[in-house]
Amino acid sequence: MKAVDVGEMSILQQPSQVETLKGPGGTISHLDVLESEAIHILREVAAECRNPALLFSGGKDSIVLLRIAEKAFRPGGFPFPLLHIDTGHNFPEVIEFRDRRAAELGERLIVRSVEDSMRAGRVVLKRPDESRNVHQSVTLLDAIAEFQFDACIGGARRDEEKARAKERIFSFRDSFGQWDPKNQRPELWSLYNTRVHPGENMRVFPISNWTELDVWQYIAREQLAIPSIYYAHPREVVRRSGQLAPVTPLTPPKPGEAAETLSVRFRTVGDITCTCPVESTATTLVEIIAETATTRITERGATRMDDQTSEASMELRKKEGYF
Amino acid sequence: MSAIESVSFRASELLRFITAGSVDDGKSTLIGRLLHDSKAIFEDQLHAIQKSTQKMGASGVDLALLTDGLQAEREQGITIDVAYRYFATPRRKFIIADTPGHEQYTRNMVTGASTANLAVILIDARKGVLTQSRRHAFLASLVGIPHLVVAVNKMDLVGWSQDVFDRIRAEFAGFAEGLGLRDIGFIPLSALNGDMVVERGDNLQWYQGPALMDYLESVEIAHDINERDFRFPVQWVCRPQQETLRDFLGYAGRIESGSIQVGDAVTVLPSGLTSRVAQIVTLDGDLARAAAPQSVQLALEDALDVSRGDMIVKSDDLPRVTREFAARICWFDAQPLDLKKKYLVKHTTRTVPALVTGVDYQVDVNTLEQQPAGSLRFNEIARVSIKTLQPLLVDDYATNRATGSFILIDETTNNTLAAGMIEQER
Repeated sequence: MKAVDVGEMSILQQPSQVETLKGPGGTISHLDVLESEAIHILREVAAECRNPALLFSGGKDSIVLLRIAEKAFRPGGFPFPLLHIDTGHNFPEVIEFRDRRAAELGERLIVRSVEDSMRAGRVVLKRPDESRNVHQSVTLLDAIAEFQFDACIGGARRDEEKARAKERIFSFRDSFGQWDPKNQRPELWSLYNTRVHPGENMRVFPISNWTELDVWQYIAREQLAIPSIYYAHPREVVRRSGQLAPVTPLTPPKPGEAAETLSVRFRTVGDITCTCPVESTATTLVEIIAETATTRITERGATRMDDQTSEASMELRKKEGYF
Repeated sequence: MSAIESVSFRASELLRFITAGSVDDGKSTLIGRLLHDSKAIFEDQLHAIQKSTQKMGASGVDLALLTDGLQAEREQGITIDVAYRYFATPRRKFIIADTPGHEQYTRNMVTGASTANLAVILIDARKGVLTQSRRHAFLASLVGIPHLVVAVNKMDLVGWSQDVFDRIRAEFAGFAEGLGLRDIGFIPLSALNGDMVVERGDNLQWYQGPALMDYLESVEIAHDINERDFRFPVQWVCRPQQETLRDFLGYAGRIESGSIQVGDAVTVLPSGLTSRVAQIVTLDGDLARAAAPQSVQLALEDALDVSRGDMIVKSDDLPRVTREFAARICWFDAQPLDLKKKYLVKHTTRTVPALVTGVDYQVDVNTLEQQPAGSLRFNEIARVSIKTLQPLLVDDYATNRATGSFILIDETTNNTLAAGMIEQER
């Protein structure tokens, strides 16, 4: 057994063991089922789409996707490049991790940045400190046009958000990159309709059926490296509308706010200006899993300021071409 | 229960189920109750639905709002599409496909049902078995859902009456038998109060069976997949470019049913070429044996011409290799079925041009009567005959959901037009 922390092995999955008789009559865990489903989806994209890309941000969900891609295609190379839409406001640990991981895998990484879109006048901010998260859609759609990608593979999960809960695994986007929730293709069995016309696009979510806890258990089982800020560390933060906002050069305290240093970790790593850590002392995967299993707040609820703007924030962003 | 125990899924399984019923049957409330009482609802979600409940001029927490995800649905108070929900207990992980019960959404129920192990059909105890209940049972049988639970809800509004429950059970069991539905459980409950959902409550002392959550946690699903017939549709051929791996040739796919061992004699279809399994390759090392639903790569002893769309099977257990078959289809498109038009059939990893050559009969989902028909419109179900340009490698849907199912695609619009289930030749 690949254990992360001997002594608390009961909370980890039994990994796939070479000798173990699996399937009917044998042992097959829910993670094995989810993993096999995701591998199947990735191979369908590779076989049926003309020019796909895998969206890799250095975040935990896309780290899982990379592992699934290894399981699907090794000993061969990936049949698609990795693509990151960089807001320019990412945590340096995550960017460093992104580059290192792509290099280790020997796979091609394409980076397109929101700052380039701003310089080209394609993105205009209303305020200089505005979150660039929503503007990723413009840069993503530009990158899709530049490389003529017909499918973008992403790490979104249905348990994250209620608009995502209604999205297909193969999610069709029209030539404007828009998602139409009322007009989705029915998706039956594992028979995915991958067909698009030129200019249209498929977003593919192989880990749609995973939960936050599944992701952490899988990271532990597969012993995957993750950016350091996912583990508890001391960080200067301010308390703002029930969340902890990180204090950075980009996000200084507002007038009247007092900065304090707390032990925190990130449950999700996105744009610095809209991603908040949670209080935590979890310094191992086992401790993160234990916290995840007992938390009373959703992943995005605790950590994303951009989802709190209105009840339909994600739905609106997706309709405009967001991941 | 300690925190550690609550995340120990070592021996657990994954159960996928659908819920069928209308808003009026209390379906959303039931799902809300399952999620709430199994502690799968988070504080921020509760807070958000509290706010929404107040906005709609009510008080307290309306659990139904938890499942109504999209803005349009919240405004109109309806559910417009399949939504997926996740929760776990120490014994199992669950995926709910929440499908709307309105008449025009047969499509959604069939979609949600296609991957489900189990269906929960809701019946309002005051109203009894309605046309809608019959439709849900028929669709469950059509899509071959292995297990069915009839949840007789709103027992609080009929004075927790055992007579009412028994009457509904007898009536439902009567016509379910005619549909070939075998494994059916009946549970009286109140989603609003919580009786017999997760907790047993005090009001249904006369009922000796399991509460709904007990049932979901313990229903035997290990044998839902066909364990007998090895079927391996080739998805992808792995031929690495690196110098050191020049000789590697792996056929990548998911084992859809049955199992395979190194050394087994196999046949590649439709070519009929034979060989033996040399290696079962995974990133975690080679396996001696593999079984559904694992994704693996197979290497064969002989160099054969194998590509995507082919199927590797055991030589002593072959599927039908055919260009003509009968099937029941459910039509999803606004454009009706056209017997003169060429469609695409996607079956396993094989997509081929096809004609629907005839409609044998149409099934009225409300009366279950068979009627002659020359075409098919949105949400209609019929038995048809299909002819394909190249052969497909098929089993009957009743024995194998993976190799008995297909979708029809419009070559021009790219729409998914229909779901199909292959039937035995007459």
